[in-house]
Amino acid sequence: MGPKRSRFMFSVLCFGLAFLYVPMVLLVFYSFNHSKIVPIWGGFSLRWYKVLFQSEDVWAAAILSFKIAFVNATFAVMLGTLAALALVRFGRFRGRTLFTGMITAPLVMPEVITGLSLLLLFIGLQGLIGWPAERGFTTITIAHITFSMAYVAVIIQSRLSGMHMDLEEAAQDLGARPIRVLFDVTLPRLAPGMLAGWLLAFTLSLDDLVIASFTTGPGSNTLPILIFSRIRLGLRPDINALATIIIVAITIGVILFGWIMLRQQRQREREIQQAALN
Amino acid sequence: MQRSRFGHLVERLQSSWKFLVIFIPYAWLLIFFLAPFFMVLKISLAELRIASPPFTPMIATDPSGATVIRLIFDNFGYLLQDSLYLNTYLSSLKISIGSTLMCLLIGYPIAYAIVRSTPVVRNILLLMIILPFWTSFLLRVYAWMGLLADQGTINDMLIWLGLIDAPIRMLYTEFAVYVGIVYTYLPFMILPLYANMEKLDASLLEAASDLGAKPVTTFLTVVLPLTVPGIAAGSLLVFIPATGEYVIPDLLGGGNVLMIGRVLYNEFNANTDWPVASAVAIVLLLLLVLPMMLYQHIQSKEAK
Repeated sequence: MGPKRSRFMFSVLCFGLAFLYVPMVLLVFYSFNHSKIVPIWGGFSLRWYKVLFQSEDVWAAAILSFKIAFVNATFAVMLGTLAALALVRFGRFRGRTLFTGMITAPLVMPEVITGLSLLLLFIGLQGLIGWPAERGFTTITIAHITFSMAYVAVIIQSRLSGMHMDLEEAAQDLGARPIRVLFDVTLPRLAPGMLAGWLLAFTLSLDDLVIASFTTGPGSNTLPILIFSRIRLGLRPDINALATIIIVAITIGVILFGWIMLRQQRQREREIQQAALN
Repeated sequence: MQRSRFGHLVERLQSSWKFLVIFIPYAWLLIFFLAPFFMVLKISLAELRIASPPFTPMIATDPSGATVIRLIFDNFGYLLQDSLYLNTYLSSLKISIGSTLMCLLIGYPIAYAIVRSTPVVRNILLLMIILPFWTSFLLRVYAWMGLLADQGTINDMLIWLGLIDAPIRMLYTEFAVYVGIVYTYLPFMILPLYANMEKLDASLLEAASDLGAKPVTTFLTVVLPLTVPGIAAGSLLVFIPATGEYVIPDLLGGGNVLMIGRVLYNEFNANTDWPVASAVAIVLLLLLVLPMMLYQHIQSKEAK
């Protein structure tokens, strides 16, 4: 690669990363602004963090969002892992094409369609069997599980197809029942993928506005619904403070997770090298 | 005899266990993913009425006591006649196609630069591309409200530099919607492109340059054709959700930019005309069914 080409590559990367990061850095920067009008600098202050922490609506919305995200992630990992096992390990079965379609479609389906259709289903069910009696936590969680499990299934699927069957076969040859093979061999090997899936499902749920707005009922505001209703009217310094907290928390989480994954990968490589040397 | 019966039992247990692994997620998706679409379809063929639920039932009893199935296609006719809906669909397609192309133009060189960097740098860069995807979508859109506003950072900078005297209107324009879509969907373009380019055999590029091909020629005749699957996957991953986008046109476009996701949302929440909103959703789904099938086709081919 010539120096001219590498300089071009370097500037492309700089431009790309600046484009991705400058808006977020500014968002964080203005959260420490004393002024009430976001883009006008009025000196450093933690005023808006104080406003934020004293706001009861924000706390209530955050707690609801975390509850939904937690339950959603747990169910999505279970359902998504089962779906991936079915798709990768069971070969052909009846209705497989429809199954694959239903797993990939939620990844690209416009949110307004998913949200509208689920709301109409909930209303239809309510008229038919009386459940769900009211919309809120349960209906939002069900809606979130439905699209999150698709993401989990994709992650687990790629792990499974990269995994050799040899350990499972060895266990089976040694007389282990399929259930034991699943719990003692397959699932432990899938654990990092399941953890990644859980974290992704958790953040997707925490982030969703459109589907939650459709499937929620009166009085159940998730954090994105609350943020959206406020920023629709314009810039708000307290939202900048909230954004800063969310961005910092997620950044730390992702970097920590990436670091752990990288370390594990290095250790595996070392073990393989050592095994090869012996 | 005893043994074979036992073996049979184990086999049945095993197959019932397999059945459960398939059945549980399958049933969930049938009930909560597929069935809802039939609800939408059903209501799109109903008529608005002032009652709860606010649409006419599909199966009803007529005055003579006979059961009749009523399918009303008026809602779809209404969508075709009303130029507002037609223009909104066209405007959505224009904006989503335009922003997909911009994502491709920006994302392609970035993905290529990541692939060509050293393994350690590559991991860090990938993490940096993925990170914004994990942080809140809503807040990333909000960040641009602060940049593009009349008194926002960009206008302030331009005035301070003396390039303009009065702020340029950027927020609540179509331009802002393009920026918002490109910004939030860029990682969806870069990652499939990267996954595709990673598999590219470097020796092919060396062979081309050894045989005297100029970098531009190598790019056009070797790299570009080989990365078509990545281009297609990334473009669909941006195009499909962008067409139905609601948050970006609402926050950055205000009332000035027509996009179908926003019309659908408002139709449903403000007007509560469920049959028309459902018809709007069905037409949007029909528009996107082909791209979705194409995406699934590419994914299943890539998996092999």
